[in-house]
Amino acid sequence: MLSPAAERGEAAFQAARRARRGRVLLGVALFLAAFLASAWMSEFHPAALASGLPRAGEYFLRLLPDLRWATLFGDWETEGSIAFWFYRLDKWALLLLETANMAALATLAGGALALLLSFPAARNVSPSAWTYRFARRGLEAMRTVPEIVYALILVWAFGVGPLAGIIAIALHTTGALGKLFAEAIENADMKPWDGVRSAGGNWAQACRFAVLPQVAPNMVSYLLLRFEINVRGASVIGFVGAGGIGQELYLVISQNYYEEISAIILLIVLVVAMIDLLSEAVRRRLGGEARA
Amino acid sequence: MLELQNLTRRFGARAAVDDVSLSVPAGQMVGIIGRSGAGKSTLLRMVNRLTEPTSGRILHDGTDVTALRGKALRDWRTRCAMIFQQFNLVQRLDVLTNVLVGRLNHRPGPWGTISSLFLRFSPEERAMALDALDRFDLAEQALQRADTLSGGQQQRVAIARAMLQEPKLLLADEPIASLDPRNARVVMEALRDVNRRDGLTVLVNLHHLDTARRYCDRIIAMQDGRIVFDGPPAALDARQVHAIYGVPEEALEAETPHAPASAVPA
Repeated sequence: MLSPAAERGEAAFQAARRARRGRVLLGVALFLAAFLASAWMSEFHPAALASGLPRAGEYFLRLLPDLRWATLFGDWETEGSIAFWFYRLDKWALLLLETANMAALATLAGGALALLLSFPAARNVSPSAWTYRFARRGLEAMRTVPEIVYALILVWAFGVGPLAGIIAIALHTTGALGKLFAEAIENADMKPWDGVRSAGGNWAQACRFAVLPQVAPNMVSYLLLRFEINVRGASVIGFVGAGGIGQELYLVISQNYYEEISAIILLIVLVVAMIDLLSEAVRRRLGGEARA
Repeated sequence: MLELQNLTRRFGARAAVDDVSLSVPAGQMVGIIGRSGAGKSTLLRMVNRLTEPTSGRILHDGTDVTALRGKALRDWRTRCAMIFQQFNLVQRLDVLTNVLVGRLNHRPGPWGTISSLFLRFSPEERAMALDALDRFDLAEQALQRADTLSGGQQQRVAIARAMLQEPKLLLADEPIASLDPRNARVVMEALRDVNRRDGLTVLVNLHHLDTARRYCDRIIAMQDGRIVFDGPPAALDARQVHAIYGVPEEALEAETPHAPASAVPA
């Protein structure tokens, strides 16, 4: 036998659960409809997938190097050896270094700009509603344009080479990091802000003393994550002539040098994985103890 | 002399502070009491201009504080230091840098700001900060991060920061509400010391009646944003207390535990 209070509560609970179920079902139905519509529009047919997959496999087969056991460790003039496969390793290593360099410079430049823009773009510390809107929209515009589009324009302006690539990645990075930084700032505790303001500190000082120490570990973590993304970005951006290993990759792909394609892709994967591991280790160490 | 003239602050339809007029001569230690939500915090925050008044004026030695902007406003804030219930220190910075925040507005020009952004403080400034810390028995903790200190220590760091502003006034918003009784006494004695030895005018919001009686020259009681009592501690008799709090003093003592549950370890 239920008490009147429990009965009323149970009824309300059941009603709330029915309402929630209805909403979830409606949401799932809408999502499925949208998913099917988009699959139909983008011609994502199972049949096309089935007929295309073997061709993709065929391409990968062609990429496989012609390695032979007998001469596997021969020198770079011996056919069938690893050295023969990577016969231009010296050039590629330099290009990979250039790629990582581009990514590092672009991340630093973009991060610095993002740091400056993130304070006006954070609702809680922005000096006025207008600077907030202006900074937010500016960051949005910067990150909506893909790196490759910036690179196309900048290659036209600065000529073929890494400079165009660096600026392109830096612009996109500013937009992406600025938003993340601003959101970190919006989550900061504002009591120290009152403390610094009440002591007569100006806006810049309040940002530096009250907010930055709280958000710096977060920002460094985002910066490293962005560096990983930018290394990947920098490896493709060469396709449009903006420097790095991408330029070489584009060349060998367009000329069907199959073994070189696989060699370069393998190198990129290795380098990106190495940088990922390194930056993850750094981020973990910074996580606990970061002083700003 | 600090003068408040018809000071009002509304939040929506509710007046947190309602037409308060008050004058405080230099060097007085004033305790402001009243229930939570009586408008004490809003009143103090308006004096420092952390909260803007809806209407009314604040005058200090003839200067209209409510009209100040930019550099003049920051100069005023420097002259009227403030400490807070939650200390409002920068937890991730060391104690010394927290205290040096009190010097930020004493560094003239753009270069003063820029060098402060890189934490470049002069040996003289550091010496001032260390002396202030030493005065409140915290010299040993100067290089520790603020979040490693107890609540009582943090509040004394906040007072040291306030002293580095070389203020004329000290506003203390519930400075002991998050502290245990022993630390509360240390902090109240520090405030009284600052009042007696440095001649600062001190305005302190307090929850506990007996604390206000023990340390203050003058007690102001607020209720629903208005001043309902203003006089020396001796004039605050049982009838007055009943009128301010709505219950007799004994009942009040019973409902406010002596070791308040605090969010911060003492």
